[in-house]
Amino acid sequence: MSSPIDLVVQTISEKINPIDVKVINNQIEIIIESRQIITTFQFLKDSSKCQFRQLTDIAGVDYPDRENRFEVVYHLLSFKNNLRARVKVYIDEGSSIDSLTSVFPCANWFEREAFDMYGIQFNDHPDLRRILTDYGFEGYPLRKDFPLSGNVEVRYNEIEKKIVYEPVKLQQDYRHFDIQSPWEGTKYKEEEQDRNGGK
Amino acid sequence: MAIAATPEIGSQELEDLKQRYSDKGFIVTNVNNLINWARTGSLHWMTFGLACCAVEMMHVGTPRYDVERMGAAPRASPRHADVMIIAGTLTNKMAPALRKAYDQMAEPRYVISMGSCANGGGYYHYSYSVVRGSDRIVPIDIYVPGCPPTAEALMYGILQLQKKIRREGNIVR
Repeated sequence: MSSPIDLVVQTISEKINPIDVKVINNQIEIIIESRQIITTFQFLKDSSKCQFRQLTDIAGVDYPDRENRFEVVYHLLSFKNNLRARVKVYIDEGSSIDSLTSVFPCANWFEREAFDMYGIQFNDHPDLRRILTDYGFEGYPLRKDFPLSGNVEVRYNEIEKKIVYEPVKLQQDYRHFDIQSPWEGTKYKEEEQDRNGGK
Repeated sequence: MAIAATPEIGSQELEDLKQRYSDKGFIVTNVNNLINWARTGSLHWMTFGLACCAVEMMHVGTPRYDVERMGAAPRASPRHADVMIIAGTLTNKMAPALRKAYDQMAEPRYVISMGSCANGGGYYHYSYSVVRGSDRIVPIDIYVPGCPPTAEALMYGILQLQKKIRREGNIVR
């Protein structure tokens, strides 16, 4: 008799026609095309063999060198089968993907987060706006081309009596860890200036 | 003599006064010291718990450290508070709210910056969303180092603040 995981994998590969199905560490990994997404998840949720009733997370991954830049990873859990599954979709920067909120209502905030961090557009999302970053934030911070320290920093302006946004001006360089020599620490900008005669 | 110029006081009343002084005693002080004593003895803090430091801030109020024996107690409203303890990572998004809460506090007000993140950004110094030191937003009186500082360290910070208030000794700030 085949194990439940094999049964599930077999059902998936027969019924939803994915690009690829693998089993890694007893977890199912399914790669599908972005237009299949609603039907796939409806099937994974409702089919009596799979019963992936919980969507535990949606993650985004950025691979700038790939043709399709973003990878959207959906994490599913089946309590009935004690099984976890990952569904991966590859999309490009300009294209969008259907929202899963009609199948899993919890996808609402997950998709808002993915939109906030990567700028991935979800079609038919009821309320697609930023969820974590600052009001009026510009850029998508988890993209690889986003600068680590961002573009703006805040300060209280004593004259205007309010918080103001200014371009980032780091007082201290990024740390570099020199493994060869434990003796030379980080060189700070101010020390460097002192050595050059205050330039 | 001065006594001659004062209106007549019954000897009975003078006797009463003398009796009260000898029973209860009295102290002489100046107003500065009295006010500083009152201020240091009731440092009610406004809890601004932002991260894991907030847990240590809770510990300092509970029976093991019991900072209430020094007159410090948590307050829910900035309008009741004398000192604000910034406990945790101050993000850009939270900064206007922190300043608003600080502006609502009555003078004299003090601020304790608790932990690496509030002191200078700490672990998140280079982050795109974290304020590199809460002193960019509000003036800080005491910096408590640590990640997170122990409850004892925070208590020491509160004691240092009391010392600072005593030393400054100004009624007007």
